[in-house]
Amino acid sequence: MNVAVVVFPGSNCEHDVVYALRGVGANPELVWHRDDDLSAFDGAVLPGGFAHGDYLRVGAIARFSPVMAGIEAMAAAGKPVLGICNGFQILCEAGLLPGALVENRDLSFICRFVHLMVDSTDSVLTSAAATGQVLRIPLNSYQGSYTAHADVLAEVEANGQVVLRYCGPAGTVDDEHNPNGSANGIAGVANASGNVVGLMPHPERASEPILGSTDGRVLLESFASALVKV
Amino acid sequence: MRLHIEITRRPGIADPEAVTVSRALRELGFDTVVGVGMGRSLVIDVDETDPEAAREAADRMCRQLLANPVLEDYTIEVVAEEVAG
Repeated sequence: MNVAVVVFPGSNCEHDVVYALRGVGANPELVWHRDDDLSAFDGAVLPGGFAHGDYLRVGAIARFSPVMAGIEAMAAAGKPVLGICNGFQILCEAGLLPGALVENRDLSFICRFVHLMVDSTDSVLTSAAATGQVLRIPLNSYQGSYTAHADVLAEVEANGQVVLRYCGPAGTVDDEHNPNGSANGIAGVANASGNVVGLMPHPERASEPILGSTDGRVLLESFASALVKV
Repeated sequence: MRLHIEITRRPGIADPEAVTVSRALRELGFDTVVGVGMGRSLVIDVDETDPEAAREAADRMCRQLLANPVLEDYTIEVVAEEVAG
């Protein structure tokens, strides 16, 4: 259950991710973005932050960091790869996930708990959750609005690649409960094989009662169990 | 040789900043404003004398790094004059 937690210049959630992954029985290790050999690991997490200062576009420079060759190899081999917040943006820029993230609809930085509805359990992030389950997890982003071309969006929906949607406390997915204007309320999306997943909210910040929610644990536990299966 | 590259948000992709600027202009009385497009402008100097080669290089720069095809379109202008320095 060795999992690489990648550190880019500007990452700032890597220690939280390491702590939370240990809490679900995984063996995380910080890996600097200059390392390109991840063959010793069963999976990887790209944590939140502002990799390379978000210069040019979020994730645009990070996708060319040497470590991304290792991430791409891992993704191709079917190993679990998770991008949280800025990590999600990087995976989209790298073309490992469909779509992109742009500025929030109201041009405000959003830092608060949101509700998420599990739309598919067919991914390394949601396998231990139940379809329709509602999770309360913090969102912390300015460029968190998911977008994609209409044809890509239709394909992602048809393939069941949407794993999490923003919703109300009772699981209602509508515009009122969409915090940032994401297309179809998409908060998390997987690749076609379900082994690469990205989400904007932070499950590691909802992993112990003292943090106000433990709802992120089911996602981290899913991910940890996928590390074992590889 | 100097390259002028303009990168703009693709039609159909939400641009809340441009919408906000448009609304602000109209509130200031510029009521003929019907739309605003915003983007990024880059000026890149290259050690190259062939305009076509310079344009081709700029195109590759845009495709690999400068523009995200999911979100953005780009235009390239090759400025032929010798660039000082």
